[in-house]
Amino acid sequence: MRQHRVPLILLAYLAIFPLGAVVPGVLGVLQKAASVFPEWLQVYLLWFTDTYLLNLMILVLMWVTIGSAWNLIAGYTGQVSFGDAAFFGTGAYAAGLLSTKLGLSAWWGFLVGGPLAVLVAFPFGWICFRLRGAYFALATLALNEVMRHIATIWQSLTKGMVGIMIMPTFVSKLPYYYIALGLAVLSIVCIEIVVNSRWGYYFISIREDQDAAESMGIDTHYYKMVSLCIAACLTGLAGAFWMNYNGSIDPRSVFSLHDISIMAILVGIVGGVSTTYGPAVGAFIMVAVSEVFRTGGFGMLEGLARMTNSPATEVVAKYVKEAHALSFGLLVIVIILFLPNGVVGDWPRLKRALWPWSGKKA
Amino acid sequence: MEVFFQTLVAGVLKGGLYALIGLGMALIMGVMGIINLAHGQLMMVAMYITFVLFHYLGVDPYRALPISMVSLFLLGIFIQKFLLNPLMKVESILPENQVLMTVGIGIVLTETARFIFSSNFRSVMTSYSTAVFFVGGISFSVALCFAFLCAILLTAGMFWFLLKTDLGRCIRAVAQDNEAARLMGVNAERIKVLTMGIGAMLVAAAGTMLMPVYYLFPDIGGPFTRKAFVITILGGLGSTVGAIFGGLTLGLVEAFGATYIGMDYEDMLGLIIFILVLLFLPGGFKRLTKV
Repeated sequence: MRQHRVPLILLAYLAIFPLGAVVPGVLGVLQKAASVFPEWLQVYLLWFTDTYLLNLMILVLMWVTIGSAWNLIAGYTGQVSFGDAAFFGTGAYAAGLLSTKLGLSAWWGFLVGGPLAVLVAFPFGWICFRLRGAYFALATLALNEVMRHIATIWQSLTKGMVGIMIMPTFVSKLPYYYIALGLAVLSIVCIEIVVNSRWGYYFISIREDQDAAESMGIDTHYYKMVSLCIAACLTGLAGAFWMNYNGSIDPRSVFSLHDISIMAILVGIVGGVSTTYGPAVGAFIMVAVSEVFRTGGFGMLEGLARMTNSPATEVVAKYVKEAHALSFGLLVIVIILFLPNGVVGDWPRLKRALWPWSGKKA
Repeated sequence: MEVFFQTLVAGVLKGGLYALIGLGMALIMGVMGIINLAHGQLMMVAMYITFVLFHYLGVDPYRALPISMVSLFLLGIFIQKFLLNPLMKVESILPENQVLMTVGIGIVLTETARFIFSSNFRSVMTSYSTAVFFVGGISFSVALCFAFLCAILLTAGMFWFLLKTDLGRCIRAVAQDNEAARLMGVNAERIKVLTMGIGAMLVAAAGTMLMPVYYLFPDIGGPFTRKAFVITILGGLGSTVGAIFGGLTLGLVEAFGATYIGMDYEDMLGLIIFILVLLFLPGGFKRLTKV
């Protein structure tokens, strides 16, 4: 239980603090409680009451779900998949089509999206799992593209590039926040249970040496499929959530190789593959990096430019905003070169580098 | 029948350029054992170099060919020496570290291009961009024909280099058996650096020659990376002869698909063939010819 202490405290924090936004009285209590802390800390304790930040947290939590799912198939089972968007898009389209074609609520997508993504995972795995290493990565990438083309071309069903639009159920972001939190917790708990079971050992043995695993009597094809199905189901749920939350999808956004599949990989490797909380940390870092650049340090750079009246800072602010995708690429290169097992996986090394004086207990 | 031959010609001309793209990818695949997922992005860089030279300095794209090839050669060397080779000493859980690194490099190249040139479509309009000549009622694009000839020359030169020179033999030795080549005194690290440079150089040539008849924007790299690996899988991973056939096949399939099935399906056909080859002919054309 000890290794879960910090995440559980964080989870409690994530669960309580947004309540301040809606439940009257809670905010007051929280502010009173927070007032014992120094002023600069209070800001951070109460930042969840803001809609924009809530939106960011929802994104982070969604990526925790997708990243954890990718981590199961790639990190634990060793099958580096470039095709997560196929499952994400399937989940999203399942929810959207239920609403546009059958007239049901898009929330049924949570029931249908997961199983449908698993259904997609069967041919996916059947084709890809006979291949290894680089071949596997390429095949998943190709299938991802095929799915995108199908969603684009099959206009009678999906309306092609127009995409699907539905009315979001809630105006407030708070229900979505809790659903996303629930999904993230569900996926982490699910994967933690699976990985600590007998299956988890099979997965890791497949990653370490597939031939040896096979010779020990492990049905590698079957267990790779199990791993992929769990991952696909969770990713499909995230897709169904995205449909409900965002209200509009199109093939290019939900089957996107760059925005979904590669982002899932980045979340996984930045946080740390085959660690429980790696994808969670990775999701937070990726969304934070993206937003800090996109908004120019949350508008701080522009504020600085206005304060100092210097055109140079203004130019810098403009360029920083444009560089937000570039920062992703640079981050990946730096992480792979210096922290190959991610922030969580290489935490002891990172800690020693950051705080060299923190003692040589080990 | 005219439509058929016209499509055939278009496919073959396109296939020649694809072969050049695939050849670089196959070399890198053979020697390094990794898929270079930044291959199309390297081509994009070469295309931007051509565009800048033409637009600001008025250099004809064909004169820009050596400049873009040399710059990409240097870029390839830089990537291999400082980004990919160090990874071999790094211990990590996932063995696909180098492939993920090329993804990162691809993102950096694309976004740097977007940063400098914005997402606008660019093109190089030369006097011969739209020029065609007719042979028996079938039109041939002058620029594409020239590109096809250049591609053949470069490919032939490449094969001469690989088969007849010491360096070429070293490259083939590393591709065949890294350990054995090392034991024979081949500096495998340096060969890898050189191969990456040559691969980037070949794709640069393809990009520059495509420029007079094509358009350019930062995201153009992705589709060409996908084409490159379809070609290499078709030909058999790491097979240089296969890459030529793979390139021609992809060019023909795309052309016939676009004519007889529909433009929408052009990209998808390549991917479907790719999956079919993986399923029924793993190893690609190399399997059939044993070359």
